[in-house]
Amino acid sequence: MIVCRDIRKTFGPMQALAGVSFSIGEGELAALLGANGAGKSTLLHLLAGLTRASSGSAEVAGFNVRRQPHEVRRRIGVVSHQTYLYEELSAEENLRFYGRMYGVTGLQERIDDLLAMMELWPRRDDLVRTFSRGMQQRLALARAMLHRPPLLLLDEPFTGLDLHATDLLTRFIEGAAAGKMTVLMTVHDPDYALAHSRRLLVLQKGRLVLDQPAERVRKEDLLPYYKEK
Amino acid sequence: MLALTQLYTILHKDLLQELRSKEIVTTMLVFSLTVVVIFNFVFDPGSAEMRATAPGILWVAFVFASNLGLSRSFAREQENSMMHGLLLCPVDRSLLFTAKVIGNILFITLVEIVTLPVMVIFFDLEVGRLWPLLLAILLLGTAGFATVGTIFSAISANTRSREVMLPIMLFPVTVPIILAAIKSTSYLLAGRELADIWPWLRLLIGFDVLYFFVCFLLYEYVVEE
Repeated sequence: MIVCRDIRKTFGPMQALAGVSFSIGEGELAALLGANGAGKSTLLHLLAGLTRASSGSAEVAGFNVRRQPHEVRRRIGVVSHQTYLYEELSAEENLRFYGRMYGVTGLQERIDDLLAMMELWPRRDDLVRTFSRGMQQRLALARAMLHRPPLLLLDEPFTGLDLHATDLLTRFIEGAAAGKMTVLMTVHDPDYALAHSRRLLVLQKGRLVLDQPAERVRKEDLLPYYKEK
Repeated sequence: MLALTQLYTILHKDLLQELRSKEIVTTMLVFSLTVVVIFNFVFDPGSAEMRATAPGILWVAFVFASNLGLSRSFAREQENSMMHGLLLCPVDRSLLFTAKVIGNILFITLVEIVTLPVMVIFFDLEVGRLWPLLLAILLLGTAGFATVGTIFSAISANTRSREVMLPIMLFPVTVPIILAAIKSTSYLLAGRELADIWPWLRLLIGFDVLYFFVCFLLYEYVVEE
C-alpha cells in the first residue's frame, strides 16, 4: 500500500528526512514513533502530497505521490490534530462539502452512516464551533473516511482527546484495520503504539532506526529514541 | 462535470461561511462607505472639484476595502489548517484558484453595489445612460484586482504579518489596473467619447487577462510549499 524509497526532505539547512525507505502492506496497522522533530509529520505530509520530497520517491496504492496526485488523494484519508473542519458550517454541511469535493456516490446515506457511527447524529445540524475537541476529532475521522479510502494517515489524532473519544477512535481504527484498511499513524505515546498497532517504525533525526512487529518490541527499547531532540 | 460541481461546492461553502460570519463583506462595506462619507464633507456639494476627484475617491474606497476582504480570504482557510483539507481533495489547484477568485469578485461586487449609488447621490454624479459602461469598468477593475489579490492573499496568509504584507505586495503590482480603472471612470463621468475611454479600457482588459493566466499558472506553487 505504501512504498517509500530513499526519501529525503530538507528545509533550508535542516534535513527533516535523511533517506527513509520502507513499505507497508495492505491491511497493516503501523505506528510511526519518534521524538519531536524526528520527521514523522513531514513524512505523513509527504505521503499525503502536501509537501514535496527533495529526492527519492513515494507510492501509495501503486500510484506515484508526485506524478499521480489525484489518484493518491482519492485513496487516502488524513486525520491530523488539526481537524480541517469549517467552524461556521454544521457537521453535516462539512461532510457534504468534502463528499462533493471527492465525488462520493450515495453521499447522503454515507453521511448518515458515518454520523451515526461517530455518535454525532443528534448534533448533525449544529455548527462545528459548538463541538468539543473530542467531537470535532470524531467528525474529522468521519471526514477522512467519507470517500472510503483504503489508506488512513493519522497524524497525532489523539492530541487533546478525553478518554471516551480516545476509546471510540481506537475502536474505529482497529475496526478499520480489521476490514483490510491500511493505517499509518504517528503517536507520541509508546504505550499506546505498543498496545494498539501491529508494527512499529521509529524515526530519529530523519532516519528510520527501527522497523519491527509490535510484539517484538518492549517499551524500554523505544525510550532511547526519545532522549535526543 | 465533477470539476464544475467542485467549483460550485467551494463557492457555495465560501458564501455560506460569509453569510454566517459576515466578517469580509461587513468590514469592506463599513470601510468603503466611511471613505465616501468623509470625502463628501471635504468638497462643496455639486462642485467641479468634487466631480473631478470622484473617480479617484471611488477607486480608493474599493481598492482599500478590497484589500481588507482579500486579507481574510485565505487567512480564514488557515484556521484549523482547512487549506490542507482543501489541498487533500482530488481537485486541480487551478480550480481552487478560480473558485477563490470568483468568490472574492462576488464579495467585492456586493460592496460596490451598495457603495456606488451612495457615491452617485452624495457626489451628485451624472451617470444617466452610462450605467452599463460604468458597471463594466467596475467589473473589469474588480476582476483584475481580485485575481492578483487572491494569489497574494494565499502568499501572505503564510506570513506572520499578513495584514501588512498583502498591501505591500498587492498595490505595486496592481498599479496598471488601478490607473486604467480610474482613467476610464473619470473619462466616462466627464462625458468623454468612447474613443477616449477605449485605450484605457483595453489596457484594463489586457492586464486582467495577463494577470489571470500568470496567477492561474503560479497558484499551484504558491499553495503547495
